Amino acid sequence: MSNRFKSRYDDDINLFEGRWHLAQYAILMALLLAAPWLLGTYYLGELTAVLVWSLAGLGLMLISGHTGQVSLGHAAFMAIGAFTNLALMLRGWHFIPALLASAVTSGIIGAIISRPILRMSGIYLAIATLALSIIIEDVAIIAEPITGGVAGVFAPPIALFGMEIDRYATPHAFYYLCLAVLVMVTLGYLNLLRSASGRSFLAVRDSEVSARALGVNVARAKTLSFSLSCAITGLAGALYAHLAQAVNYESFLVLISITLLLQVVIGGLGSVHGAFFGAIVVVLLPQLIAIARDFLDNAAGIKIAAYPGMDTALFALLILLMVIYEPRGLYGVWFKVRTWLQLFPLYRKGMFRRTRTYLKTERQR
Amino acid sequence: MDILQLLVSGIANGCIYGLLALGFVLIYKASEAVNFAQGDMMMLGAFLGVTFINTSYADLPFLVGITLAALILGLFGYLLDRFVLRAIFGQPQFAMVILTIALGFLIRFVAGVIWGHDPTSLETPFIGLVWTVGELMIPVVDAVIIITTVALTAILYFFFARTRLGVAMQASSQNQMAAYYMGIPVKRINAIVWALSGVVAAIAGVMFAAKGAVEPSVGLLFGIKAFAAAVIGGLGSLPGALLGGLLVGIVEPFAGRYLPSGVGQIAPYVLMLLVLILRPGGLFAQISQKKV
Repeated sequence: MSNRFKSRYDDDINLFEGRWHLAQYAILMALLLAAPWLLGTYYLGELTAVLVWSLAGLGLMLISGHTGQVSLGHAAFMAIGAFTNLALMLRGWHFIPALLASAVTSGIIGAIISRPILRMSGIYLAIATLALSIIIEDVAIIAEPITGGVAGVFAPPIALFGMEIDRYATPHAFYYLCLAVLVMVTLGYLNLLRSASGRSFLAVRDSEVSARALGVNVARAKTLSFSLSCAITGLAGALYAHLAQAVNYESFLVLISITLLLQVVIGGLGSVHGAFFGAIVVVLLPQLIAIARDFLDNAAGIKIAAYPGMDTALFALLILLMVIYEPRGLYGVWFKVRTWLQLFPLYRKGMFRRTRTYLKTERQR
Repeated sequence: MDILQLLVSGIANGCIYGLLALGFVLIYKASEAVNFAQGDMMMLGAFLGVTFINTSYADLPFLVGITLAALILGLFGYLLDRFVLRAIFGQPQFAMVILTIALGFLIRFVAGVIWGHDPTSLETPFIGLVWTVGELMIPVVDAVIIITTVALTAILYFFFARTRLGVAMQASSQNQMAAYYMGIPVKRINAIVWALSGVVAAIAGVMFAAKGAVEPSVGLLFGIKAFAAAVIGGLGSLPGALLGGLLVGIVEPFAGRYLPSGVGQIAPYVLMLLVLILRPGGLFAQISQKKV
């Protein structure tokens, strides 16, 4: 491990800590850019799904991981983004303004409802957002001119830069589109986190009382964070609509909201990496299970009956173990492994021992 | 008369919501945690009841069956706390939310494997019996549900207000550390509360299966509605939970009857959001602002 001495104030703020760090991400980016040549069409589609869910996870991470307000209703904002985008495109809008409009609409709706909702905290907030998600399901059926009612709407092909982008006809182009949006949002997200607003979010997460004492406008920070989070999730919803090609009220059930939260938790709350790790697990776990089942069946001759809901159950089991043994999620695991490698012979077992906290009532805030 | 009839069925439904909400409140009151698997525990209780009572299974008398179901689910709750939840003792409240959501998924899967996915009803001794008061028809099931719920709420209320154990539970939720210093065995108290909520969930489940049909996925949405009821009442207040349950139960059939379709189903949630916006702590609010 090369120890870097910080000689300028910028060293604390820079996105990349030095050349090696930058090189790692450059390699990752190059691999992602080369992915269409490295992967078959099917796996490219899966990778695109990982990108879209990462984007949704990033949205939720902003409010839950970095501002500390648990939302169990973010599928509602995916729905708003998706339906806005499709409704505008079907009325003749160009793709890019429609995409921006879906982010703006989700953001504005998020900002409007955030004021009353964010006065609650903890469990009350979680349940209020959960209710929101259930309400949106029914609104998606009622608001037929926009959402197509029970049947839903089909995604038209995207015309961009003189090309026709379609998930099935031109999967490469759609992959690059998603990658471009994701990279831009991630960079914006990282920039936000090192700005004054971003740091005020972290302050609110760690302690509302002390944030207020330091002059942070808590209500404003929460509203801003919630609305930005909704905007990002709305973008993800719009891309998801094109990925799935058709959306109706069933595409954004409460279960999706819950899965999204579990995704962020399994990835690691409070880390940008976590959103990506979580998305990889959520998208690829069913594939892994299918492959493992085939392998057991062919190689070892063990037949595992296909119970309905087995994927979900395994996912739940994974979450269970994660919460008990590694509350910081996959990012925590990755962080430990990295530290072990960097410190090679010197790593000690107790380095990341968790401190115990004792519960005090929330009824006195 | 029509309105009265709707009211009776609404109250009976509301009582089941209230029973389930009692389970939420119990755990919240004693350990400030929220059990998102409560609905699934209720589903488990309903299936246990079906297993013990129905003629195609064990064919035991109704009261024996309900007692067995309550005991087994109580033991389940105790073991759950002892071996799973205690591992995250002292972690932030949020960890418990995630953990119980995951537990709910697992319980649903296991129930699906054991009992299958077909809706099953409970065969009660009073199936099909109806009392007629004037023109009003009161199914005996509804009357049994209402009486059980009111009795259980009263017992639990006095348990928390009067007994040593109940007061110790309240103390350990307000400040674990201070409760330790006062000699309260906080961990054992937690386990007892989970056992108690298992018993309540089993009773709610049996009542649910007596009135309708149970299948593994019933717990999720029913649980959320009951949670809405608990929140409307103000989490942490037992009479509040019952009142919230009744409100949700009564609003539902009336909204379904008099409002356009689609709007009716979301009425309970809209009601809850309204209550939360107007009175963020619920009707029987127990939140007070800390002075810094």
